Amino acid sequence: MYKIGVIGDRESVLGFKAVGLEVFPCDQAEEARHILKKIAKENFAIIYITEQLFQYLRQEAAEYGEARLPAIIPIPSKDGSLGLGMDNVKKSVERAVGADILFGGEE
Amino acid sequence: MERLNVNPTRMMLTTLKKRLATATRGHKLMKDKRDELMKGFLELARENKELRAEVEAKLAHVYDSFSIASAAMSSEMMEEALMFPKQGVELGVGNKNVMSVDVPVFDFRTTASDAADIYPYGFATTSGELDGAIGELAEVFPAMLALAAKEKEAAMLAAELEKTRRRVNALEYVKIPQLQMTIRYIVMKLDENERGNQTRLMKVKDMMLAEAIEEKREKQREAFGA
Repeated sequence: MYKIGVIGDRESVLGFKAVGLEVFPCDQAEEARHILKKIAKENFAIIYITEQLFQYLRQEAAEYGEARLPAIIPIPSKDGSLGLGMDNVKKSVERAVGADILFGGEE
Repeated sequence: MERLNVNPTRMMLTTLKKRLATATRGHKLMKDKRDELMKGFLELARENKELRAEVEAKLAHVYDSFSIASAAMSSEMMEEALMFPKQGVELGVGNKNVMSVDVPVFDFRTTASDAADIYPYGFATTSGELDGAIGELAEVFPAMLALAAKEKEAAMLAAELEKTRRRVNALEYVKIPQLQMTIRYIVMKLDENERGNQTRLMKVKDMMLAEAIEEKREKQREAFGA
């Protein structure tokens, strides 16, 4: 059986604990990188990371992006969304099609 | 376009023709794969985008509820209340094959004994807002899982699509023209050799004829002169 992890600042991720996810509260990017590397080796299938931390972990996320597991998914934190998640969707469209045809002219 | 650096021989011509046939066939297959992937991917990306917008909006709402809850009670109390979750989540990972891309399929099961009672605390020391916030989060959670699955699938398909697209283009614009050009070069060269041979033979024949005629004349002259 696989687990689901959440990495983010304490206040944002606290609630996820109640619904049964494994929570790794942390504030520093360096610490988050460390945690991500550690739990990516364990059997976590999905790792949610708040966008505030995700922006510093793009490189690591890209490394795992090619692999089947884990799926690293940015989520907004309590301070709101930075638009990184949408940016990722947009990027994958750009990568696949060669041009952004889904978000065209919206932003 | 640069042609391949090969010897213009009949054997090389056969080899190249075979390679061209393979490349053309490969190109067609790759193109079909690309089109099919593209069809699936665009659909998926659109769903992905909508789902993400939905999840982000809902999560923002959940965070709002949580901050209201944490305003109503001390942070120590809140942490204590959430310390030992009642509900666990078990995640099964299956496989789905989309155009030979192995995509994970998530299948989750909550381990709470009663789905309505996921609150891991007594009601005495916590505020009602916390109940609301956790209830909302539990509702958003399935959508978050669906988002994770979609996003992973989209990312993997995008990588595969990029690869396939590159291959199609490489075959279409580099490999196949190069082979065609080289084949044409060899055919020309062989034809040229053939013509060269022909003229040489004709020339030799002319020379031999001229020689024979000269000889005959010589003989006749000798016969008459004698």
